[in-house]
Amino acid sequence: MIEIVSATRCTGCNICVHACPTNVFEAVPAAPPRVARQDDCQTCFMCELYCPEDALYVAPIADEAARISEQDASVQALIGSYRRDVGWGRQRQSTAAADSSFELLLRAR
Amino acid sequence: MTDARVFGKVPLSGTDGSRRYDVDVLVLGGGPAGTWAAISAAARGASVLLADKGYCGTSGATAPSGTGIWYVEPDRQAREDAKASRYALGGHLAEPAWMDRVLEQTWVNLHHLAEWGYPFPVDQDGKPQRNSLQGPEYMRLMRKRVKEAGAQIIDHSPALELLVNDDGAVCGATGVNRQSGDTWVARAGAVVIATGGCAFLSRALGCNVLTGDGLLMAAEVGAELSGMEFSNAYGLGPAFSSVTKSLFYNWATFYRADGSEIEGAGSAKGRGLIADTLRTEPVYAQLDRADAQLQAWMRGAQPNFFLPFDRQGIDPFTQRFPVTLRLEGTVRGTGGLNVVDGHCATNVPGLYAAGDAATRELICGGFTGGGSHNAAWALSSGFWAGAGAAEFGRQAKASIRRGALRAGEVGLHTRGQQRWDANEVVRAVQAEVFPYERNWTRQADLLEDSLTRLDALWTRIRSSAPAADLQQAVRAREAAALLATSRWMYRSALARTETRGMHRRKEHAVLDTSQRHRLVSGGLDEVWLRREDKAYRTPQAAPEGVSA
Repeated sequence: MIEIVSATRCTGCNICVHACPTNVFEAVPAAPPRVARQDDCQTCFMCELYCPEDALYVAPIADEAARISEQDASVQALIGSYRRDVGWGRQRQSTAAADSSFELLLRAR
Repeated sequence: MTDARVFGKVPLSGTDGSRRYDVDVLVLGGGPAGTWAAISAAARGASVLLADKGYCGTSGATAPSGTGIWYVEPDRQAREDAKASRYALGGHLAEPAWMDRVLEQTWVNLHHLAEWGYPFPVDQDGKPQRNSLQGPEYMRLMRKRVKEAGAQIIDHSPALELLVNDDGAVCGATGVNRQSGDTWVARAGAVVIATGGCAFLSRALGCNVLTGDGLLMAAEVGAELSGMEFSNAYGLGPAFSSVTKSLFYNWATFYRADGSEIEGAGSAKGRGLIADTLRTEPVYAQLDRADAQLQAWMRGAQPNFFLPFDRQGIDPFTQRFPVTLRLEGTVRGTGGLNVVDGHCATNVPGLYAAGDAATRELICGGFTGGGSHNAAWALSSGFWAGAGAAEFGRQAKASIRRGALRAGEVGLHTRGQQRWDANEVVRAVQAEVFPYERNWTRQADLLEDSLTRLDALWTRIRSSAPAADLQQAVRAREAAALLATSRWMYRSALARTETRGMHRRKEHAVLDTSQRHRLVSGGLDEVWLRREDKAYRTPQAAPEGVSA
């Protein structure tokens, strides 16, 4: 579920508030959005993709909150990783053009 | 003349709704089916409003996931083989003429996607490969195309109920913006239900917006469903994770806690053994059959598959990890609203169904692993429903304007005093539909046992109070939709006394050739069923050795 809205990275654009399909965030005036309904998070990682600042981190645990903080080395290493992997963001190319599913679909039983 | 279906419904007042829209076509749902419907309707000159419960572009099962596509070249033999390939698996209930239509429309629509700039990969011979779509990229493009087509999108705007005129034709919907709290009323000549299937809030990838809302709304105006027994798809994934993407488990071995292999367990045919084993002990997987080349392709094919592993510090190729099966219900099942013509009209005038909200028996009978067929169906049925709704809607708008009635019942316009807790109803439904012993393989006594409680729960909320406010109304309607879906599902499962497609009965473990028919269902206070016979024609596969 969504765990981290980085106050140091967030610019308050509130794109995540709009992009989250399950309405987990709540805009806060002059501050980063608040995770108002964490239990509604479906761990779909879409907010990360839509965050232009890599300010969000979704832990992969679907059914309960994770005990992590922004300062954790693993979070520091992985924040923004999904957006990088799909090639979204400035100076990047979408990796959809490198989708090798067709090779796997040919070989799947 | 007043239709029996509109008796007792609450009239819409001209001042209702803090936002009001008046369009030819209203599309409910902004996943693949809804966006294709909006584009198709707008291309025919209709004014279109698309209302998404979440955000069109991220909502639904496809956006966060990505999908294979049932995309087959227009080569006669290749198409015949494609039609035959899953025919027996689907229990001989698919219809070749519909498969032909979907294969052709999918071909055409995928070429549109390429023209619109979707970056399809090319193989080593430079040939474009179009049998897979990356979800985020696909749905971001579809949102853009909906807007460019001139359709209006309202996000975070769940519909709460349909509107009908006094002869029972659907003429719009009402809803709420769950962020602003505004209510909205959309008068429309026709409505396309593209709200997806129902996965019972199981947290399968992208599925928690898919609570069967459209099925409930449609049933309230008398729409029929079909194939609701084909509703017990379970997605395979790491136990801790939401990522129910199963293709790569083709290259997995499954283990018990002590490290011994579970012989016969697998992603496709061996999934039942995984379900059986999970009833008594944890199951572990390791993708140890994937060589270095396959591993590299996997990383390129599904970046999101690896997110949970990378973030938990697990190497799925060399380490075992616990797996589970999450119910994906009708999302990867095939049951849904029955369609009565080539434009995906329902039996209710002015109401169309597309994507996972509609039955997919037409192209895959009683079985789909999700993905390719459902994706092809979504973009084809969306395209046709949008066209049909545009034609019907423009004519309906041109005719004399009549009053509208609110068709919603439970959670909105019931007359009782007793409050009820939507979360409690959700948990009660989940307790009946999640367990593998009740739903993976069904048996009459457990189905009846569940139905007793589910029916009683319906009776209770039916005679209780409406939701206290609009936010709670959204939750109440989701809970009611889950409950209604579970009752069509188990009533249909009880009536099909055989094993066919994904529907498995413990005491009727084989296919019964005398039950090669559809089960049409509907109703809310009283769930009804009807057997529908079709003149089934079996597609002819290529002779051995010639297959593509």
